Amino acid sequence: MTDSPKTQSASEHGGLAHVMPLPVLLAVFALLMGLTVATVSATWIDLGPWNLGIALGIATVKAALVALYFMHLRYDHPFNALIFLTGLLFLALFLSLTLLDTLEYQPAIRSWLENR
Amino acid sequence: MAEAPSDNYLTHTRGITSWLFTLDHKRIGVMYLVSILAAFLLGGVFAMLIRGELIDPGPGMLEAMVGDATAAKNLYNHVFTLHGAVMIFLFILPGIPAAMGNFVLPIMLGAKDVAFPRLNLTSLYLWWFGAVFFVVTLVSGGLDTGWTLYAPYSTETSSAVIPATAGAFILGFSSIFTGLNFIVTVHTLRPPGMTWFKMPLFLWAIYATALIQVLATPVLGITLLLLGVERFLGLGIFDPKLGGDPILFQHFFWFYSHPAVYIMILPGMGIMSELISVFSRKHIFGYKFIAFSSVAIALLGFLVWGHHMFISGQSPLLSMVFSALTFSVSIPSAIKVFNWLATMYKGSISLATPMCYALMFIFLFGIGGLTGLFLGALSTDVIMHDTYFVVAHFHYTMVGGVLVAFLGGLHYWWPKITGRMFNDLLGRIAALLVFVGFNLTFFPQFLLGTHGMPRRYYTYPEKFHPGNFVSSLGAFVLAVGLFLVLFYLLHSLFRGRGAPANPWGAATLEWQCSSPPPHDNFASPPPVGDPYDFTGLEYDPEIGGYIRKEEGSGFRVQGSGFAERGGTQGAEP
Amino acid sequence: MIDPANGSPEPQHAGSRTAHLAHHFHTPKQQFDAGKLGMWIFLMTEILLFGGLFCAYAVYRANHPEIFFYAEQFLDKWLGAINTGVLITSSLTMAWAVRCAQLSQTRGLVTCLALTLACACGFLGIKYVEYEHKWRDGLLWASKYAPHRVRDSGFSVQDSGFPQERGTQAAEPRTLNPEPSSQKNAGIFFSIYFMMTGLHAIHVLAGMGAITWILVLAAKGRFSSRYFGPVDYVGLYWHLVDMIWIFLFPLLYLIH
Repeated sequence: MTDSPKTQSASEHGGLAHVMPLPVLLAVFALLMGLTVATVSATWIDLGPWNLGIALGIATVKAALVALYFMHLRYDHPFNALIFLTGLLFLALFLSLTLLDTLEYQPAIRSWLENR
Repeated sequence: MAEAPSDNYLTHTRGITSWLFTLDHKRIGVMYLVSILAAFLLGGVFAMLIRGELIDPGPGMLEAMVGDATAAKNLYNHVFTLHGAVMIFLFILPGIPAAMGNFVLPIMLGAKDVAFPRLNLTSLYLWWFGAVFFVVTLVSGGLDTGWTLYAPYSTETSSAVIPATAGAFILGFSSIFTGLNFIVTVHTLRPPGMTWFKMPLFLWAIYATALIQVLATPVLGITLLLLGVERFLGLGIFDPKLGGDPILFQHFFWFYSHPAVYIMILPGMGIMSELISVFSRKHIFGYKFIAFSSVAIALLGFLVWGHHMFISGQSPLLSMVFSALTFSVSIPSAIKVFNWLATMYKGSISLATPMCYALMFIFLFGIGGLTGLFLGALSTDVIMHDTYFVVAHFHYTMVGGVLVAFLGGLHYWWPKITGRMFNDLLGRIAALLVFVGFNLTFFPQFLLGTHGMPRRYYTYPEKFHPGNFVSSLGAFVLAVGLFLVLFYLLHSLFRGRGAPANPWGAATLEWQCSSPPPHDNFASPPPVGDPYDFTGLEYDPEIGGYIRKEEGSGFRVQGSGFAERGGTQGAEP
Repeated sequence: MIDPANGSPEPQHAGSRTAHLAHHFHTPKQQFDAGKLGMWIFLMTEILLFGGLFCAYAVYRANHPEIFFYAEQFLDKWLGAINTGVLITSSLTMAWAVRCAQLSQTRGLVTCLALTLACACGFLGIKYVEYEHKWRDGLLWASKYAPHRVRDSGFSVQDSGFPQERGTQAAEPRTLNPEPSSQKNAGIFFSIYFMMTGLHAIHVLAGMGAITWILVLAAKGRFSSRYFGPVDYVGLYWHLVDMIWIFLFPLLYLIH
């Protein structure tokens, strides 16, 4: 595969889109693999409830790398990133209120089970 | 009398395959219109069965149909379920966006088509595919869970839940793709000069609707998928015996189904903004308020779903939160109503059929919306949940609101779509019948509800008899009115006078091309002005429509869609 | 495309320039941007579709953490980690494929797409192995949850607190003898596991179909720097599939 080492900007190729340089793709790949190793390794350290937070944090960083570089969001119209974030926002809304409700009514379930 | 141009979108190509494989948004819109009207008829049949059964207490026509009392009771469950499911999934949700939005949006925008015409056709195919599943449901065991499909009954009943949920799932994707298409179209295909605030308010409404379609419908998708897998494989997440939680089903279901009612009403409100302005011959009052209120309704509608679950086992904390939030969503709706009324004030009101429906909407949706406040308030809802008060509330908003707006829009754009004028006198008579019939049917139901009649019951104590009798009588009147509409609209297709480009004197772009429009709408992007500026539009009795007169040189719209200078042919510039 | 003879761009022939331009768009950029916007909206709907399952996960894990801690021992985190690596690799090859298309490198494009497909096959293969183990051991969703024997695969088993030896290499099957209370409703974990990984696998399959379609078109030379939208859009979808797995892996396999 022939390749040009310099960054291919959008204007050089008909103006359709930014071309991701190969070193960036490979670097992101290496980071993603490294973070995968990290997240597996983290399970051997017992930090109680923080383990979930760390695992999700690492996953979020990995997802951000995929979104920003593999999916070009860093070099794209900001509106596309807004769409993505809006989906996450509404998901967070749904998740949080539903979760809160289920947590709130557990005592009612438990007391019913005990009094049966 | 204006003649339909010889080459328009209806005549451009011929043959059934040219329709079934078309990419023309106008033809797709027409096919949607016919399809959803057929679904409306089916849903209406179920409605008449309900009212027929409830006209008297005790066993009634259903028992006469099936012979056995128990079978009749079970059949009643199927009848009200299918009435709801067919009306909601096949008629009201797709209704205005698919049948009218598809036709009108690109032309109103000044574009040649939607952004993704093949996706548009796919949406239509998916509607048909989903409808097939509903027919399968009908013939293979029916559906008796209520349209809300609550677990655990829906996971245990022997009725055809899986075909029905498959149908609704497919219809959901039809809706998502339509919404996706509309959002991209509005963002990318506006002509030069049409900024966001030069767009007609119908397009703002359709855009806001599309936002809900793409954000909420996927959650319905996963809900139905989970229900299907629960039933088919025994997944267990809604089954308490296996450690599951049936209230989780309700959270999942209503997270979509509440915003869904805004999918239903927002396009209707968009139509209202057009009709009120045109038939008051006055610029819409508070354009930006109406535009922003559409988006506000779309967003706020996502915050209130728990108000359907006040007595299901939802925690008191969340019930209070949802009740408080529910009051907020009434505010943008009220803003719209005030702006419409202000538009009419000191306007020159013309009571053509579309305006009759517009006025009806304000009155009936007003009642519907206000009664929603009683249900949003936690303390009163505890008493009225699952009574006929709820039934009356949502019929006032869905029928008195959405159906009435649909009929208003249908009459408004009928000349554009078909190239024919309908009989306006019959139109107004039918509108009156619809109004009287509707109120007779549903107003008593508010009283039945506050007096304690539960919904989804096939019989009732004698004290509820008068209310039910009037209600069933009203349903009959409503049906007559609707059949009259069908009659004169069909009649107009054969005998109606040819429609001019702009019969109502509107200023939005779709009235600048011929009726019916040519195949590619506009040869070049049309000049964009204020969509509610009626100055310069004068009625020309010769063509039976309006033309824009400016500085003495008239612009006459030609069949090709170009506006040509000169009152006579071949005049030199 | 660059004319190799004199290094300057070829004159834009009306035919080749507008060959891929639909009648309702004015410029290729408008069409490309519209397509991208459409794909991002679709991806957002996929986030909300899967989001429902993440919500179910959150609800059950928050309210019944004991079930999750108990059931985690049955998932092989090494297979999960390998699968994560496989999908990340496939994302690399997919992004590389988009780059090739943008640079009119048809051979590179076809190679990268083929590698992406190969990774996807690998992913599904490993998933099949995992599912087969579960089926064999009776570790299915709630109504079919009936664990009878668990074969020690030789990988280290999480310390579940039960009276068994850790990390045994023995090939003989051992029977679980857990506390009854922590085993109650453990099937719910597997309901969620199968639903989430199953729906994800369906999306992988659909992605493979889309990539195959693009591969065929690419082999015919359809894509170049002037027209590569479909490659880009399929790529976006594929990256989302990877992204979902990036979250599924720790949530299902790395529970502590």
